[in-house]
Amino acid sequence: MQSQPAFLKGLLPANGESNNASPFSVMVRKEVADQVRSWRFIILAGLILVTFLGSLYVSLTNIGRATANPQDPDRLFLYLKLLTITDGSLPPFHVFIGFLGPLLGIALGFDAINSEQSNGTLIRLMAQPIYRDSLLNAKFTASLIVVSILFFSLSLLMIGGGLITTGVKMEPSEFIRIMCFTALSVIYIAFWLNLSILLSVKFRQTATSALTAIAIWLFFTVFYQILLRIVVSAFLPDPGTLSQEQVASYNGAIITIMRLVPSQLYTDATTTLLMPSVRSLGPLTMEQMAGAIPSPLSIRESLLVVWPQVSGLIAATVVCFALSYYLFMRREIRT
Amino acid sequence: MEQPIIEIHGLTKHYGSLKAVDDLHLAIHKGEVFGLLGPNGAGKSTTILMLLGLTEPTAGEAHICGVNASRNPIYVKKKVGYMPDNVGFYNDLTALENLVYIGRLNGIPEKEVKARAGDMLQQVGLEDALHKKAGTFSRGMKQRLGLADVLIRQPEVIILDEPTLGIDPAGVKDFLELIRQLNQQQGMTVLLSSHHLHQVQQICNRVGIFVGGQLLAEGNIETLAANLFRSAPYEVRVAVKKLPEQTALLQEQLLALPAVKQVTLSANSAQIAGEENITPEIVRFFVHNGYDVTGVQERTYGLDEIYQRYFENNLKENIPNAKSTGFFKRSFTGKWGKQ
Repeated sequence: MQSQPAFLKGLLPANGESNNASPFSVMVRKEVADQVRSWRFIILAGLILVTFLGSLYVSLTNIGRATANPQDPDRLFLYLKLLTITDGSLPPFHVFIGFLGPLLGIALGFDAINSEQSNGTLIRLMAQPIYRDSLLNAKFTASLIVVSILFFSLSLLMIGGGLITTGVKMEPSEFIRIMCFTALSVIYIAFWLNLSILLSVKFRQTATSALTAIAIWLFFTVFYQILLRIVVSAFLPDPGTLSQEQVASYNGAIITIMRLVPSQLYTDATTTLLMPSVRSLGPLTMEQMAGAIPSPLSIRESLLVVWPQVSGLIAATVVCFALSYYLFMRREIRT
Repeated sequence: MEQPIIEIHGLTKHYGSLKAVDDLHLAIHKGEVFGLLGPNGAGKSTTILMLLGLTEPTAGEAHICGVNASRNPIYVKKKVGYMPDNVGFYNDLTALENLVYIGRLNGIPEKEVKARAGDMLQQVGLEDALHKKAGTFSRGMKQRLGLADVLIRQPEVIILDEPTLGIDPAGVKDFLELIRQLNQQQGMTVLLSSHHLHQVQQICNRVGIFVGGQLLAEGNIETLAANLFRSAPYEVRVAVKKLPEQTALLQEQLLALPAVKQVTLSANSAQIAGEENITPEIVRFFVHNGYDVTGVQERTYGLDEIYQRYFENNLKENIPNAKSTGFFKRSFTGKWGKQ
């Protein structure tokens, strides 16, 4: 235990040195330390690291074949290929994150407020001369810092590993795409983090908030699609009797409803970022496709394509945060 | 007279139809130890929460150091140290780390904070447990750590909610001694709530009796006793070897003494109640008349009697109120627990 203070100082030196740190940064510092030391974070980070190494191994063994494929317009983006290709034995890394990211977010946030309350530390904190929202902000910021460090180091690890094994020079556009992908993953996890913080404000038992968060996650990953399929098959007319435009408009409606799910938004956005040849996330008509050369898009174009998805994710995050604020700020706190 | 350090005007808190605190007026001066005394669910904790701006009053105002507690809670929290009734700490941090964290939150400079936390722990007698995890602490140690936590920011006022709850008698004695020292040496104002009469009696200058959200009486213990037992506040019990068979004469003689109101005689003792303390006269009377006095006992009214008397008076009207308080608490804390 003696080594811990030293370890913390190394983690956030700026706060430790300043003479009068603001309560907010003191809290962030403590929360980061708590998260990093907690078993659940260690376990989940380990799990993510293992999947990362697994998928990286699979893609490295298949990289030769993928870049040699002349049919693929993305074959020149070696580092993007490293993140996306697979031989079918393991899903690629971004699919894993789509699945494990929510779990990480939930694990970091589900007991943010209610465990403090049941421990009796919340009321003691609130009796300190600090603003009440500092606590919520600090909890969120700390977890966000932890998640960002984890993901950015994984990305950089991947880039470094790729550089060492292949020796191929990296295009700036690739680097930007990978960083955008990482930022997007952090935003996606931030959504789940905020959702679980909201539930931890709402429910007084940590078990209740954890189970509710997992239930929401399961509903969105598994049941929402099934439900949607049932509803669609029950309500939509037989596609054989419809005209081309009607089919297209129905398809558009279905995709819109699908996109209410955060994981769908994430999948759409990562696919576009990591596969530069993806030029639209909806159906394209023949007129739109006419004359298009199957070539990769520039970063700017790809970012324009994913922008609605990113705003959707950020909006969902902000809504959760605002709700936690609303519930927490005027609540009476007692033990 | 100087301005009171804690001033409460018409403070009221409703939870639905329940009045937890009902039109409370109170003033506490600097350097006082004030005891808020009342049964469970009387509204003591609610009052304290409103003083700290942790819950909003339905009506009325609380001023601490001249500042409105609901409008400017941050300033008030800088001046006031509060120890909740069920004080909790981060279980996987040591006592020192817990304290250092609170010190930093209060803006104590990084260079001093460790030394200061160490000093505080020494002051409350926890110097041996400096590097022990707070999770392993006993209730009494937690209470001491709680006091250190309150003191580290050097407050002007400390508010303790049921500070002696769940500590053994020796621990209570030490703890109260500590509070008394703080009050006497550093001139700190102390407001403590309790339902333990004897403990409050030991250290409080003034008490307020709080039942069903209302302050029924306030003042020092003597004043309260005098108010309550107005007819005959002083009572002396004189034990003698033998009283005469015919007590009528003796009774008459005793009642003739100044200020004596009531005389009860039994086989070998006399109980004399009066408006003033005339024990010497009574003893002299007995000695002069040739009685063999074996013992003299002055009876003073403690909080027990005061408490008892108030609760007897209020028992009937308070039963429904207390019940609904209990129900409220259950539903408030258990609302989500059952899911």
